[in-house]
Amino acid sequence: MEEACLELLRRASTRLPREVRAALRRALRSERDPIARTNLRAVLENVEVAEREGLPLCQDTGLPLFYFRMRPSRELDPRRAAAGAVRRATGEGILRPNTVHPLSRKNPGDNLGRGMPLVRLLPPQGEGVEITVMLKGAGAENVSRSAMLTPEEGVEGLREFVVRTVVEAGGKPCPPVIVGVGVGGTAEVSMELAKLALLRPLPRGHPEASLRKLEGELEREINRRGAGPMGLGGRTTCLGVKVEYAHTHTASLPVSVNLQCWAARRASVRMEGGEWEWR
Amino acid sequence: MEVKRLSLPLGKEASLLRAGDLVFLTGEVVTARDRAHLRMLEFLSRGKDLPVDLRGGILYHCGPLVRREKGGWRVLSAGPTTSLRMDPLLPSLLPRLGVRAVVGKGGVGEKTKKVMGKMGCVYLAFPGGCGALAAKAVEEVKGVYWLDLGPPEAMWVLGVRGLGPLLVAVDSRGGDLYERARRGKVEGVRG
Repeated sequence: MEEACLELLRRASTRLPREVRAALRRALRSERDPIARTNLRAVLENVEVAEREGLPLCQDTGLPLFYFRMRPSRELDPRRAAAGAVRRATGEGILRPNTVHPLSRKNPGDNLGRGMPLVRLLPPQGEGVEITVMLKGAGAENVSRSAMLTPEEGVEGLREFVVRTVVEAGGKPCPPVIVGVGVGGTAEVSMELAKLALLRPLPRGHPEASLRKLEGELEREINRRGAGPMGLGGRTTCLGVKVEYAHTHTASLPVSVNLQCWAARRASVRMEGGEWEWR
Repeated sequence: MEVKRLSLPLGKEASLLRAGDLVFLTGEVVTARDRAHLRMLEFLSRGKDLPVDLRGGILYHCGPLVRREKGGWRVLSAGPTTSLRMDPLLPSLLPRLGVRAVVGKGGVGEKTKKVMGKMGCVYLAFPGGCGALAAKAVEEVKGVYWLDLGPPEAMWVLGVRGLGPLLVAVDSRGGDLYERARRGKVEGVRG
Protein backbone atom coordinates (compact mmCIF):
# COMPACT_ATOMS: atom_id res chain seq x y z
CA MET A 1 0.00 0.00 0.00
CA GLU A 2 2.97 2.31 0.60
CA GLU A 3 4.06 1.72 -3.01
CA ALA A 4 0.57 2.69 -4.23
CA CYS A 5 0.67 5.87 -2.14
CA LEU A 6 4.14 6.77 -3.49
CA GLU A 7 3.03 6.25 -7.08
CA LEU A 8 -0.05 8.42 -6.42
CA LEU A 9 2.19 11.22 -5.11
CA ARG A 10 4.42 10.97 -8.21
CA ARG A 11 1.41 11.09 -10.54
CA ALA A 12 -0.37 13.87 -8.69
CA SER A 13 2.73 16.07 -8.52
CA THR A 14 3.66 15.85 -12.21
CA ARG A 15 0.39 15.34 -14.14
CA LEU A 16 -2.81 17.31 -14.19
CA PRO A 17 -6.12 15.36 -14.38
CA ARG A 18 -7.30 15.17 -17.99
CA GLU A 19 -10.60 16.93 -17.32
CA VAL A 20 -8.85 19.92 -15.69
CA ARG A 21 -6.53 20.21 -18.67
CA ALA A 22 -9.52 20.14 -21.02
CA ALA A 23 -11.22 22.88 -18.99
CA LEU A 24 -8.08 25.06 -19.21
CA ARG A 25 -7.98 24.60 -22.99
CA ARG A 26 -11.64 25.65 -23.23
CA ALA A 27 -10.83 28.66 -21.06
CA LEU A 28 -8.03 29.71 -23.44
CA ARG A 29 -10.40 29.47 -26.40
CA SER A 30 -12.95 31.69 -24.66
CA GLU A 31 -10.55 34.50 -23.63
CA ARG A 32 -10.18 37.60 -25.83
CA ASP A 33 -7.79 39.60 -23.65
CA PRO A 34 -4.08 39.19 -24.56
CA ILE A 35 -2.99 39.14 -20.90
CA ALA A 36 -5.50 36.44 -19.97
CA ARG A 37 -4.38 34.45 -23.00
CA THR A 38 -0.69 34.82 -22.09
CA ASN A 39 -1.37 33.45 -18.61
CA LEU A 40 -3.41 30.48 -19.83
CA ARG A 41 -0.92 29.64 -22.58
CA ALA A 42 1.88 29.58 -19.98
CA VAL A 43 -0.20 27.32 -17.73
CA LEU A 44 -0.85 24.85 -20.56
CA GLU A 45 2.80 24.89 -21.62
CA ASN A 46 3.80 24.26 -18.00
CA VAL A 47 1.47 21.23 -17.87
CA GLU A 48 3.15 19.80 -20.98
CA VAL A 49 6.70 20.44 -19.74
CA ALA A 50 5.96 18.91 -16.32
CA GLU A 51 4.50 15.73 -17.80
CA ARG A 52 7.19 15.34 -20.46
CA GLU A 53 10.08 15.87 -18.06
CA GLY A 54 8.53 14.31 -14.94
CA LEU A 55 8.86 17.60 -13.05
CA PRO A 56 6.49 18.81 -10.32
CA LEU A 57 3.91 21.11 -11.96
CA CYS A 58 4.25 23.64 -9.16
CA GLN A 59 7.07 24.05 -6.63
CA ASP A 60 4.43 24.30 -3.92
CA THR A 61 3.60 20.62 -3.73
CA GLY A 62 1.31 21.56 -0.87
CA LEU A 63 0.29 19.38 2.01
CA PRO A 64 -0.41 15.86 0.79
CA LEU A 65 -3.95 14.84 1.78
CA PHE A 66 -4.86 11.14 1.71
CA TYR A 67 -8.41 9.79 1.49
CA PHE A 68 -8.87 6.06 2.01
CA ARG A 69 -12.02 4.10 1.29
CA MET A 70 -11.55 0.64 2.82
CA ARG A 71 -12.85 -1.72 5.44
CA PRO A 72 -10.87 -1.82 8.70
CA SER A 73 -7.92 -4.14 8.20
CA ARG A 74 -5.39 -5.74 10.49
CA GLU A 75 -2.67 -5.95 7.83
CA LEU A 76 -3.08 -2.59 6.09
CA ASP A 77 -2.31 0.56 8.06
CA PRO A 78 -3.25 3.64 5.98
CA ARG A 79 -1.39 6.10 8.21
CA ARG A 80 1.85 4.16 8.13
CA ALA A 81 1.62 3.65 4.34
CA ALA A 82 0.94 7.36 3.75
CA ALA A 83 3.76 8.49 6.06
CA GLY A 84 6.27 6.11 4.45
CA ALA A 85 5.30 7.28 0.96
CA VAL A 86 5.55 10.96 1.93
CA ARG A 87 9.02 10.52 3.40
CA ARG A 88 10.24 8.75 0.25
CA ALA A 89 8.56 11.22 -2.14
CA THR A 90 10.25 14.11 -0.29
CA GLY A 91 13.62 12.36 -0.69
CA GLU A 92 12.97 11.92 -4.43
CA GLY A 93 12.19 15.61 -4.97
CA ILE A 94 8.54 14.88 -5.78
CA LEU A 95 7.42 16.84 -2.71
CA ARG A 96 9.05 20.02 -1.40
CA PRO A 97 9.72 19.82 2.36
CA ASN A 98 6.77 22.03 3.35
CA THR A 99 5.65 21.04 6.84
CA VAL A 100 6.86 23.19 9.73
CA HIS A 101 5.94 23.57 13.39
CA PRO A 102 3.17 26.21 13.32
CA LEU A 103 4.82 28.50 15.87
CA SER A 104 8.56 27.80 15.93
CA ARG A 105 8.39 27.35 12.09
CA LYS A 106 11.07 24.64 12.40
CA ASN A 107 11.10 22.38 9.34
CA PRO A 108 11.73 18.65 10.00
CA GLY A 109 12.64 18.26 6.31
CA ASP A 110 10.56 15.15 5.60
CA ASN A 111 7.00 16.55 5.38
CA LEU A 112 6.03 14.65 8.54
CA GLY A 113 5.39 15.96 12.04
CA ARG A 114 2.42 16.15 14.35
CA GLY A 115 -0.79 15.32 12.45
CA MET A 116 1.06 14.95 9.12
CA PRO A 117 0.40 13.66 6.59
CA LEU A 118 -3.30 14.23 6.83
CA VAL A 119 -5.18 10.93 6.43
CA ARG A 120 -8.96 10.66 6.24
CA LEU A 121 -10.92 7.42 6.27
CA LEU A 122 -14.10 7.59 4.19
CA PRO A 123 -16.88 4.99 4.09
CA PRO A 124 -15.89 2.02 1.90
CA GLN A 125 -17.60 1.52 -1.47
CA GLY A 126 -17.78 -2.22 -2.11
CA GLU A 127 -14.80 -4.54 -1.64
CA GLY A 128 -11.25 -3.44 -2.19
CA VAL A 129 -9.31 -0.31 -1.32
CA GLU A 130 -9.58 3.10 -2.94
CA ILE A 131 -6.96 5.77 -2.25
CA THR A 132 -7.09 9.37 -3.41
CA VAL A 133 -4.25 11.84 -2.96
CA MET A 134 -4.68 15.58 -3.21
CA LEU A 135 -1.71 17.98 -3.09
CA LYS A 136 -3.11 21.15 -1.58
CA GLY A 137 -1.00 24.27 -2.13
CA ALA A 138 -0.98 27.10 0.39
CA GLY A 139 -1.81 29.94 -2.01
CA ALA A 140 -5.34 28.62 -2.44
CA GLU A 141 -5.71 27.18 1.07
CA ASN A 142 -4.74 30.53 2.63
CA VAL A 143 -7.79 32.30 1.22
CA SER A 144 -10.28 29.80 2.70
CA ARG A 145 -13.15 31.40 4.59
CA SER A 146 -15.95 30.30 6.88
CA ALA A 147 -19.02 32.17 8.01
CA MET A 148 -21.79 31.34 10.43
CA LEU A 149 -24.62 32.99 8.49
CA THR A 150 -28.08 33.38 9.99
CA PRO A 151 -30.92 31.28 8.60
CA GLU A 152 -32.51 34.62 7.55
CA GLU A 153 -29.57 35.37 5.25
CA GLY A 154 -30.32 32.08 3.46
CA VAL A 155 -29.26 31.20 -0.08
CA GLU A 156 -28.79 34.87 -1.01
CA GLY A 157 -26.37 35.28 1.89
CA LEU A 158 -24.51 32.19 0.73
CA ARG A 159 -24.20 33.51 -2.84
CA GLU A 160 -22.91 36.86 -1.66
CA PHE A 161 -20.37 35.24 0.68
CA VAL A 162 -19.04 32.74 -1.88
CA VAL A 163 -18.70 35.28 -4.70
CA ARG A 164 -17.08 37.88 -2.43
CA THR A 165 -14.59 35.31 -1.10
CA VAL A 166 -13.41 34.38 -4.60
CA VAL A 167 -13.36 37.95 -5.95
CA GLU A 168 -11.48 39.36 -2.94
CA ALA A 169 -8.91 36.57 -3.17
CA GLY A 170 -7.83 38.14 -6.50
CA GLY A 171 -4.66 36.54 -7.86
CA LYS A 172 -3.61 34.93 -4.58
CA PRO A 173 -5.14 31.45 -5.11
CA CYS A 174 -3.79 31.19 -8.72
CA PRO A 175 -7.04 31.38 -10.70
CA PRO A 176 -8.70 29.89 -12.63
CA VAL A 177 -9.70 28.07 -9.45
CA ILE A 178 -12.15 25.33 -8.59
CA VAL A 179 -14.45 26.52 -5.82
CA GLY A 180 -15.42 24.08 -3.05
CA VAL A 181 -18.41 25.16 -0.98
CA GLY A 182 -19.53 23.36 2.18
CA VAL A 183 -22.95 24.19 3.65
CA GLY A 184 -24.46 23.05 6.91
CA GLY A 185 -23.29 20.74 9.69
CA THR A 186 -21.22 22.55 12.30
CA ALA A 187 -18.45 25.08 11.77
CA GLU A 188 -15.73 22.46 11.15
CA VAL A 189 -18.01 20.13 9.17
CA SER A 190 -18.80 22.87 6.66
CA MET A 191 -15.08 23.34 5.91
CA GLU A 192 -14.49 19.61 5.63
CA LEU A 193 -17.41 19.43 3.17
CA ALA A 194 -15.92 22.29 1.15
CA LYS A 195 -12.69 20.32 0.82
CA LEU A 196 -14.46 17.04 0.01
CA ALA A 197 -16.40 18.89 -2.71
CA LEU A 198 -13.04 19.42 -4.46
CA LEU A 199 -12.60 15.65 -4.78
CA ARG A 200 -15.57 15.47 -7.14
CA PRO A 201 -14.38 15.31 -10.78
CA LEU A 202 -14.70 18.68 -12.50
CA PRO A 203 -17.37 17.84 -15.11
CA ARG A 204 -19.66 16.21 -12.53
CA GLY A 205 -22.38 18.40 -11.02
CA HIS A 206 -24.17 17.70 -7.75
CA PRO A 207 -26.57 14.73 -8.01
CA GLU A 208 -29.46 16.94 -6.80
CA ALA A 209 -30.88 19.25 -9.48
CA SER A 210 -31.38 22.32 -7.26
CA LEU A 211 -27.77 22.22 -6.09
CA ARG A 212 -26.52 21.61 -9.62
CA LYS A 213 -28.37 24.77 -10.62
CA LEU A 214 -26.85 26.71 -7.72
CA GLU A 215 -23.36 25.52 -8.74
CA GLY A 216 -23.90 26.78 -12.30
CA GLU A 217 -25.23 30.14 -11.11
CA LEU A 218 -22.32 30.67 -8.72
CA GLU A 219 -19.85 29.81 -11.49
CA ARG A 220 -21.36 32.34 -13.88
CA GLU A 221 -21.62 35.05 -11.22
CA ILE A 222 -17.95 34.62 -10.19
CA ASN A 223 -16.73 34.70 -13.79
CA ARG A 224 -18.83 37.77 -14.61
CA ARG A 225 -16.73 39.77 -12.12
CA GLY A 226 -13.68 39.50 -14.39
CA ALA A 227 -10.83 38.81 -11.91
CA GLY A 228 -9.61 36.34 -14.53
CA PRO A 229 -6.56 34.07 -14.77
CA MET A 230 -4.02 35.04 -12.04
CA GLY A 231 -6.28 37.94 -11.04
CA LEU A 232 -4.93 39.89 -14.03
CA GLY A 233 -8.31 40.08 -15.76
CA GLY A 234 -10.37 37.85 -18.00
CA ARG A 235 -13.45 35.72 -18.32
CA THR A 236 -12.19 32.68 -16.43
CA THR A 237 -11.83 33.15 -12.68
CA CYS A 238 -13.19 29.69 -11.90
CA LEU A 239 -13.44 26.44 -13.83
CA GLY A 240 -16.30 25.19 -11.70
CA VAL A 241 -18.11 25.36 -8.36
CA LYS A 242 -18.79 22.24 -6.27
CA VAL A 243 -21.25 22.36 -3.38
CA GLU A 244 -21.67 19.71 -0.68
CA TYR A 245 -24.10 19.92 2.20
CA ALA A 246 -25.14 18.35 5.49
CA HIS A 247 -28.21 19.06 7.59
CA THR A 248 -27.61 21.64 10.27
CA HIS A 249 -29.12 23.16 13.42
CA THR A 250 -32.36 25.07 12.90
CA ALA A 251 -30.63 28.23 14.22
CA SER A 252 -27.47 27.89 12.04
CA LEU A 253 -26.28 28.31 8.47
CA PRO A 254 -22.56 27.48 8.37
CA VAL A 255 -20.92 28.18 4.98
CA SER A 256 -17.30 27.51 4.10
CA VAL A 257 -15.29 28.12 0.94
CA ASN A 258 -12.15 26.16 0.11
CA LEU A 259 -10.39 27.01 -3.14
CA GLN A 260 -8.33 24.81 -5.40
CA CYS A 261 -5.75 26.47 -7.65
CA TRP A 262 -5.74 25.57 -11.37
CA ALA A 263 -3.05 22.98 -10.53
CA ALA A 264 -5.71 20.64 -9.13
CA ARG A 265 -3.28 17.86 -8.43
CA ARG A 266 -5.03 14.69 -7.43
CA ALA A 267 -4.76 11.03 -8.32
CA SER A 268 -6.66 7.90 -7.33
CA VAL A 269 -6.16 4.18 -7.41
CA ARG A 270 -8.61 1.36 -6.84
CA MET A 271 -7.15 -1.96 -5.73
CA GLU A 272 -9.38 -4.99 -5.84
CA GLY A 273 -8.54 -8.69 -6.23
CA GLY A 274 -4.91 -7.96 -7.16
CA GLU A 275 -5.94 -5.44 -9.88
CA TRP A 276 -4.82 -1.81 -9.66
CA GLU A 277 -6.88 0.72 -11.56
CA TRP A 278 -5.32 4.23 -11.74
CA ARG A 279 -7.52 7.29 -12.17
CA MET B 1 1.83 43.99 -25.82
CA GLU B 2 5.56 44.55 -26.32
CA VAL B 3 7.93 41.62 -25.82
CA LYS B 4 11.30 42.49 -24.27
CA ARG B 5 14.28 40.26 -23.63
CA LEU B 6 16.37 41.81 -20.89
CA SER B 7 19.75 40.96 -19.35
CA LEU B 8 20.52 41.42 -15.68
CA PRO B 9 21.49 43.52 -13.83
CA LEU B 10 18.94 46.11 -14.94
CA GLY B 11 19.54 49.83 -15.10
CA LYS B 12 17.08 52.55 -16.08
CA GLU B 13 15.39 50.30 -18.66
CA ALA B 14 13.25 48.91 -15.82
CA SER B 15 11.53 52.26 -15.38
CA LEU B 16 10.72 52.33 -19.11
CA LEU B 17 8.68 49.12 -18.92
CA ARG B 18 4.91 49.61 -19.07
CA ALA B 19 2.10 47.58 -17.55
CA GLY B 20 1.13 44.89 -20.04
CA ASP B 21 4.62 44.45 -21.54
CA LEU B 22 5.94 40.91 -21.66
CA VAL B 23 9.48 40.29 -20.38
CA PHE B 24 11.97 37.41 -20.50
CA LEU B 25 14.97 37.72 -18.18
CA THR B 26 18.50 36.37 -18.49
CA GLY B 27 21.07 36.63 -15.72
CA GLU B 28 21.06 36.22 -11.97
CA VAL B 29 17.94 36.26 -9.79
CA VAL B 30 17.75 35.90 -6.01
CA THR B 31 14.86 34.11 -4.31
CA ALA B 32 13.38 35.04 -0.95
CA ARG B 33 10.10 34.48 0.83
CA ASP B 34 8.67 35.08 4.31
CA ARG B 35 11.58 34.08 6.53
CA ALA B 36 14.34 35.45 4.30
CA HIS B 37 12.59 38.85 4.18
CA LEU B 38 12.54 38.97 7.97
CA ARG B 39 16.20 38.01 8.14
CA MET B 40 17.24 40.56 5.50
CA LEU B 41 15.58 43.30 7.54
CA GLU B 42 17.21 42.03 10.71
CA PHE B 43 20.66 42.05 9.04
CA LEU B 44 20.17 45.54 7.58
CA SER B 45 18.92 47.00 10.85
CA ARG B 46 22.05 45.70 12.59
CA GLY B 47 24.32 47.06 9.85
CA LYS B 48 25.33 43.56 8.74
CA ASP B 49 26.06 42.88 5.05
CA LEU B 50 23.69 40.59 3.17
CA PRO B 51 25.23 37.49 1.57
CA VAL B 52 24.29 38.82 -1.90
CA ASP B 53 24.38 42.32 -3.39
CA LEU B 54 20.95 42.89 -4.95
CA ARG B 55 21.55 46.35 -6.47
CA GLY B 56 20.14 46.46 -9.99
CA GLY B 57 18.98 42.91 -9.47
CA ILE B 58 15.81 40.93 -9.13
CA LEU B 59 14.07 39.82 -5.96
CA TYR B 60 12.14 36.68 -6.84
CA HIS B 61 9.33 35.69 -4.47
CA CYS B 62 9.86 31.97 -4.80
CA GLY B 63 10.58 28.91 -2.67
CA PRO B 64 12.02 26.46 -5.17
CA LEU B 65 11.75 22.68 -5.07
CA VAL B 66 15.35 21.45 -5.25
CA ARG B 67 17.17 18.13 -5.16
CA ARG B 68 20.75 17.58 -4.07
CA GLU B 69 22.61 15.86 -6.86
CA LYS B 70 26.23 14.95 -7.46
CA GLY B 71 28.25 18.14 -7.26
CA GLY B 72 25.41 20.48 -6.36
CA TRP B 73 21.73 21.28 -6.55
CA ARG B 74 19.14 20.79 -9.26
CA VAL B 75 16.05 23.00 -9.38
CA LEU B 76 13.00 20.86 -10.22
CA SER B 77 10.23 23.44 -9.89
CA ALA B 78 10.50 27.16 -9.20
CA GLY B 79 7.33 29.17 -9.80
CA PRO B 80 6.32 32.31 -7.87
CA THR B 81 4.79 32.59 -4.42
CA THR B 82 2.20 35.16 -3.25
CA SER B 83 3.93 38.53 -2.81
CA LEU B 84 1.20 40.00 -0.60
CA ARG B 85 2.39 37.98 2.41
CA MET B 86 5.70 39.86 2.30
CA ASP B 87 4.09 43.16 1.27
CA PRO B 88 4.17 44.84 4.72
CA LEU B 89 7.98 44.47 4.76
CA LEU B 90 8.67 45.68 1.22
CA PRO B 91 8.40 49.49 1.65
CA SER B 92 11.31 49.50 4.10
CA LEU B 93 13.24 46.66 2.47
CA LEU B 94 13.22 47.42 -1.27
CA PRO B 95 14.99 50.83 -1.17
CA ARG B 96 17.75 49.34 0.97
CA LEU B 97 18.22 46.45 -1.46
CA GLY B 98 18.14 48.68 -4.55
CA VAL B 99 16.44 46.04 -6.73
CA ARG B 100 15.01 47.01 -10.12
CA ALA B 101 12.23 44.46 -10.18
CA VAL B 102 10.26 42.18 -7.93
CA VAL B 103 9.04 38.95 -9.50
CA GLY B 104 6.09 37.19 -7.87
CA LYS B 105 2.38 36.62 -8.15
CA GLY B 106 -0.71 38.42 -6.93
CA GLY B 107 0.77 41.95 -6.89
CA VAL B 108 1.67 44.33 -4.06
CA GLY B 109 -0.16 46.91 -1.95
CA GLU B 110 -0.48 50.70 -2.44
CA LYS B 111 2.37 51.68 -0.14
CA THR B 112 4.80 49.31 -1.84
CA LYS B 113 3.67 50.55 -5.26
CA LYS B 114 4.53 54.14 -4.31
CA VAL B 115 7.96 53.16 -3.04
CA MET B 116 8.65 51.14 -6.18
CA GLY B 117 7.57 54.07 -8.35
CA LYS B 118 10.10 56.36 -6.65
CA MET B 119 12.86 53.80 -7.12
CA GLY B 120 12.06 53.09 -10.79
CA CYS B 121 11.32 49.51 -9.82
CA VAL B 122 8.63 47.32 -11.46
CA TYR B 123 6.56 44.31 -10.42
CA LEU B 124 6.70 41.36 -12.79
CA ALA B 125 4.01 38.67 -12.50
CA PHE B 126 5.07 35.14 -13.33
CA PRO B 127 2.02 32.94 -14.06
CA GLY B 128 1.25 31.18 -10.77
CA GLY B 129 1.80 27.44 -10.56
CA CYS B 130 4.15 27.34 -13.56
CA GLY B 131 7.00 25.80 -11.58
CA ALA B 132 8.20 23.37 -14.25
CA LEU B 133 8.37 26.15 -16.85
CA ALA B 134 10.49 28.26 -14.50
CA ALA B 135 12.78 25.33 -13.64
CA LYS B 136 13.50 24.86 -17.36
CA ALA B 137 14.84 28.42 -17.45
CA VAL B 138 17.27 27.80 -14.57
CA GLU B 139 20.70 27.03 -15.96
CA GLU B 140 22.63 27.00 -12.73
CA VAL B 141 22.34 27.25 -8.95
CA LYS B 142 25.00 29.85 -8.24
CA GLY B 143 24.65 29.80 -4.49
CA VAL B 144 22.40 29.22 -1.54
CA TYR B 145 22.32 31.01 1.80
CA TRP B 146 20.36 30.61 5.02
CA LEU B 147 19.57 26.92 4.47
CA ASP B 148 18.92 26.72 8.22
CA LEU B 149 15.49 28.20 7.37
CA GLY B 150 14.69 25.07 5.34
CA PRO B 151 15.13 24.76 1.55
CA PRO B 152 11.92 26.62 0.55
CA GLU B 153 12.71 29.61 2.79
CA ALA B 154 16.43 29.81 1.98
CA MET B 155 17.92 32.41 -0.35
CA TRP B 156 18.81 30.89 -3.71
CA VAL B 157 20.94 32.62 -6.33
CA LEU B 158 19.84 31.25 -9.69
CA GLY B 159 21.34 31.75 -13.10
CA VAL B 160 18.41 31.92 -15.53
CA ARG B 161 18.05 32.15 -19.32
CA GLY B 162 14.81 33.53 -20.73
CA LEU B 163 12.85 33.32 -17.47
CA GLY B 164 9.25 34.09 -18.41
CA PRO B 165 6.67 34.92 -19.57
CA LEU B 166 6.78 37.76 -17.05
CA LEU B 167 3.97 40.28 -17.32
CA VAL B 168 4.76 43.82 -16.21
CA ALA B 169 1.86 44.02 -13.75
CA VAL B 170 2.86 47.23 -11.94
CA ASP B 171 5.06 49.79 -13.70
CA SER B 172 6.97 52.69 -12.16
CA ARG B 173 4.30 55.21 -13.27
CA GLY B 174 1.52 53.48 -11.35
CA GLY B 175 0.11 51.44 -14.24
CA ASP B 176 -1.40 48.33 -12.61
CA LEU B 177 -2.92 45.30 -14.31
CA TYR B 178 -4.56 44.10 -11.08
CA GLU B 179 -6.35 47.44 -10.79
CA ARG B 180 -7.44 47.17 -14.42
CA ALA B 181 -8.95 43.74 -13.66
CA ARG B 182 -10.73 45.07 -10.55
CA ARG B 183 -12.30 47.84 -12.65
CA GLY B 184 -13.41 45.28 -15.25
CA LYS B 185 -11.52 47.02 -18.07
CA VAL B 186 -10.54 43.79 -19.75
CA GLU B 187 -11.42 42.74 -23.26
CA GLY B 188 -14.22 40.19 -23.44
CA VAL B 189 -15.39 40.82 -19.88
CA ARG B 190 -18.56 42.71 -19.06
CA GLY B 191 -17.60 45.72 -16.94
